Amino acid sequence: MASQVDQLVKPGSGRGLLDVYGDRFLLKLLVRKEIKVRYRGSVLGLMWSYVKPLVQFLIYFVALGIFLNLQRGTPNYAIYLFSGIVLVNFFTESLSNATRSIVDNRDLIRKIYLPRELFPVATVWVSAVHFLPQLLVLVGACLIVGWTPSVLQLAAVVLIFLMVAVLGTGLGLLFGAVNVYFRDSENIVEMIVMVVTWASPVLYLWTMVQEAMGQWFWIYQLNPMTVAVEVFHWAFWEPTLKADQLVADATPPGLLTLWLPVATLITLAVLFVGQLTFRRLAVHFAQEL
Amino acid sequence: MTAHGHVAISCIDLRKQFVLRHTRSLKEALVWLVKGRKGDLSKKFLALKDVSLEVKQGETVALMGLNGSGKSTLLKLISGVLQPDGGTVRTRGRVAGLIEVGAGFHHDLSGRDNVYLNGAILGMSEKQIDEKFDSIVEFSEIGEFIDTEVKFYSSGMYLRLAFSIAVHTDPEVFLIDEILAVGDEPFQRKCIAKIKELSGMGKTLFVVSHDLDLVATVCERGVLLEHGEIVMDGDVHEVVGELRRRSTVQ
Repeated sequence: MASQVDQLVKPGSGRGLLDVYGDRFLLKLLVRKEIKVRYRGSVLGLMWSYVKPLVQFLIYFVALGIFLNLQRGTPNYAIYLFSGIVLVNFFTESLSNATRSIVDNRDLIRKIYLPRELFPVATVWVSAVHFLPQLLVLVGACLIVGWTPSVLQLAAVVLIFLMVAVLGTGLGLLFGAVNVYFRDSENIVEMIVMVVTWASPVLYLWTMVQEAMGQWFWIYQLNPMTVAVEVFHWAFWEPTLKADQLVADATPPGLLTLWLPVATLITLAVLFVGQLTFRRLAVHFAQEL
Repeated sequence: MTAHGHVAISCIDLRKQFVLRHTRSLKEALVWLVKGRKGDLSKKFLALKDVSLEVKQGETVALMGLNGSGKSTLLKLISGVLQPDGGTVRTRGRVAGLIEVGAGFHHDLSGRDNVYLNGAILGMSEKQIDEKFDSIVEFSEIGEFIDTEVKFYSSGMYLRLAFSIAVHTDPEVFLIDEILAVGDEPFQRKCIAKIKELSGMGKTLFVVSHDLDLVATVCERGVLLEHGEIVMDGDVHEVVGELRRRSTVQ
């Protein structure tokens, strides 16, 4: 501390996400506050993060699995469906809350200097706290139907979790910063959220897309969320299939060797662009809010 | 301590311009672009014009001026909330803004949670807050209500707790904006005593207030701002006199 006292520094010039790491204590308090406040006065509290996805799952399962009879061609369709839903929910919740986080915390941002990246990052953490119980439900369901994952598959789950968190942070930084200047940003994000469930093979099979898109299938695969959902299917759904249920085309060719690295690179690029945009726009947050 | 030693705050040719933007939607901005940028999408307003100011460590400075003279803008530039459009501002050591106490309070959290949250927002570490928690509660006179949600506090209790957290953050430079009018008279006296104690410890104080009698007792140096420019800088009593004279003439 003594060394800091010895030099003059420019106030309000942070190091972006690195500062968030240095402010872990405040980040922890912000996350805790957010969770406490979100469920204040509700009887079920954090239980809501189980109830909502379960209802969502039931709707899809009844409408698509039973009415449209997707479960006939897909063994363990319930697992297939749920593993995609929880992952997409994690992403959409991170993104939409991070987008609003700067505007929502305008009172603070206008009055006190803090590394502003704290707010989007905190919302992604909150989403992660909601995601983990859902993941436990998924694991429980998988174990009931005889889940035997390999170590590699478990490692892939962790990697995908991190990837989706980073993707949500990157896009959240981008849209959150733009939202300060143009509130259209929230609407754009709402649209992305609406599209993302359908733009990845959550409800249907990737082979259906390949039949429709043919040689242009690679465009579909460029979406990091698509790859993330496919890897989740590979880690959760495929190891629950019995020998006679195994399908040759459970996952697209080159999923782990080609598409996973590509998706990781795209995700890191998104984070980079998000942070860059955020830093440029953050300079005038206090006066624009 | 280092009384009147190093420079604590240095402002050189500070300029701050506000854009009074009218539009908040992409559509309007696009239409404006398509129409060949006709007309002004925004109006500009110069809040500070080339302000240069140096404050030494341990100095107590009162920033005075009428409404709209740029006092709060200057304070926000020093705290880092705003960034200047021209010139540079630099500070030494940790700067804590007692700018609108309670900005980081959340109504649905208990007083205890708010002490931690607000303390962290003002830059305290977990250990520092743990150590000072009892002292914060004692100074605020909240007592047993510390575990009650802040929304049930009276406005006096709310401000007392917020002020108490702020004075316990222990920075090198204190920026104080119109918060000396906190609570009832006994508490106000306690606040002023605390602030004098801080300045006695060699802390740098930078105070913005309309309460001229009060700043004259707390501060030694006065700076008078008018329409974003420094018009006077000197002994606090002389500056207070000048401001009073100017106000009556107008």
